[in-house]
Amino acid sequence: MGQITLKQVTKSFGDVQVIPPLDLTIEDGEFTVFVGPSGCGKSTLLRLIAGLEDITSGHIEIDGKDATDVVPAKRGLAMVFQSYALYPHMSVRKNIAFPLKMAKMDPAEIEKRIANAASVLNLTDYLDRRPGQLSGGQRQRVAIGRAIVREPAAFLFDEPLSNLDAALRVGMRLEISELHERLKTTMIYVTHDQVEAMTMADKIVVLRAGHIEQVGSPLELYHRPRNEFVAGFIGSPKMNIFGGAEAQKYGGVKAGIRPEHIDVSMTEGTWKGKVGVAEHLGSNTFIHVHDTGLDDMVTVRITGDISVRHGDTIYLTPQLDQMHKFDAQGLRIA
Amino acid sequence: MARSVSSRRKLINTGLAWAIGLLIFFPILWTILTSFKTEAEAIASPPIFLAFDWTTENYGVVMERSDYGRFLMNSIIIAGGSTILGLIIAVPAAWSMAFVPSHRTKDILLWMLSTKMLPAVGVLYPIYLLFIQLGLLDSRAGLVVVMMLINLPIIVWMLYTYFREIPVEILEAARMDGATLKEEVLYILTPMAVPGIASTMLLNFILAWNEAFWTLNLTAVNAAPLTAFIASYSSPEGLFFAKLSAASTMAIAPILILGWFSQKQLVRGLTFGAVK
Repeated sequence: MGQITLKQVTKSFGDVQVIPPLDLTIEDGEFTVFVGPSGCGKSTLLRLIAGLEDITSGHIEIDGKDATDVVPAKRGLAMVFQSYALYPHMSVRKNIAFPLKMAKMDPAEIEKRIANAASVLNLTDYLDRRPGQLSGGQRQRVAIGRAIVREPAAFLFDEPLSNLDAALRVGMRLEISELHERLKTTMIYVTHDQVEAMTMADKIVVLRAGHIEQVGSPLELYHRPRNEFVAGFIGSPKMNIFGGAEAQKYGGVKAGIRPEHIDVSMTEGTWKGKVGVAEHLGSNTFIHVHDTGLDDMVTVRITGDISVRHGDTIYLTPQLDQMHKFDAQGLRIA
Repeated sequence: MARSVSSRRKLINTGLAWAIGLLIFFPILWTILTSFKTEAEAIASPPIFLAFDWTTENYGVVMERSDYGRFLMNSIIIAGGSTILGLIIAVPAAWSMAFVPSHRTKDILLWMLSTKMLPAVGVLYPIYLLFIQLGLLDSRAGLVVVMMLINLPIIVWMLYTYFREIPVEILEAARMDGATLKEEVLYILTPMAVPGIASTMLLNFILAWNEAFWTLNLTAVNAAPLTAFIASYSSPEGLFFAKLSAASTMAIAPILILGWFSQKQLVRGLTFGAVK
């Protein structure tokens, strides 16, 4: 079991309130991702749940029991840190055994669990090494191993992949998703990388300045962002958002259209502009179009059958049913 | 070309390092040499460097006249006891300052250091009176406490500096893993800080071993350590340089040997502990 409920939780550092009153429920077994720009309070929120920071007011419940004043050790949660935070003076085996030893578990059972975790995480050959002798990916697997052996009520991940190189990050992302499928344990995952959020989450919590901007499944956030901030934050490359008369034409103070929802033509269309930089990703090409009369340059996805050169004139037509409209407060209009 | 220049520079550097080393070591060397001379040779002018009649007579006299073993035992108890007591107090203090600092932590650290800015003699009277009141004069227990207090600021500062090097996330990981505060300090912090704790211990032991002001003022017979042993040979007439040197050599020999061995241990510990 691992249902976590935050009720009117706030956090202040001195006079600065980093988390204004916040309510959130994370269901048992859910993979929840906290995502937002740096300094949005996502890591602080995770540390509040872990108990590593005291909340200023409000309540935290774990499985319906008030855990507000419970020390981290007694909350039954396991955490994986960005820096791995392995114990450098202990072997991999002892690192993984540490939480079990702290729980005064029977040595035979400890051995069994270590062997089990090591085989799941491909660490069997490394059990007698020190963390300093392992690669970044292996260290992160040890950190995960140390978390899973306790069979915690929930896992907390604090940007666990940001110290890894790009290729390894994709691999570990899959491993963590696999792990969630197998264990079905609640996982809370903090990242600033919206791609990680989109690919891993059952539920995404988008945070800005300590406020929850939106909670929903990845596709909900993609298709129906509640406000301009979420619209701009979720999706890669970013949604094209514009205001002024052009936005009013579509019925909002501001309007937005994703790069993949714009049709491109060399002869006719709603907006006329000049081709700037092209980014070729292989499967897709994104081009930046300037001088369209909109606030900013527009990013457009084009498929292989159109070839454009820098400086070409191009016509763009937004798909009207994919247009997002926002009011003066930046909130979504229907 | 570049090679010959660099090797010449290396030679100069090596020579310079040896010269400075010898300069620093010379007083100790001279003391040791003098301890093997006769009293007449010890004050000979011009001084005799090596070409004298080597004798161990001074050591014999010193051993005969004083109870070296008792002084040595007192030194070990006072230096060792104050070091251990200091660590017991300083580890938690440095832990709290390094890992749960408040906005006054910097002030406390400076305030502690400021106690070292006062000449020791400034508090001789209060301490002396307190010692009389508490019946601690000429007792090892009293000296252990005073030595510990004298060096506590340095121990806390050193440990604080070492603890600051330890990433707080590792301690947080231990907390998440179910470690109590005691287990966190015992199983994670202390082993990780071993090189730092060892060098702190060594330094404190040497400081306490060599401290003479308090040991001379607060002891007479029962608790007198090796500093008092040396002092007892500095007679007003000043004609017993060879015996004084023999006593000094006997007093510093244990700490020299300890320093020599633990120095190697420390370098080893420091390089082994460098896993992050």
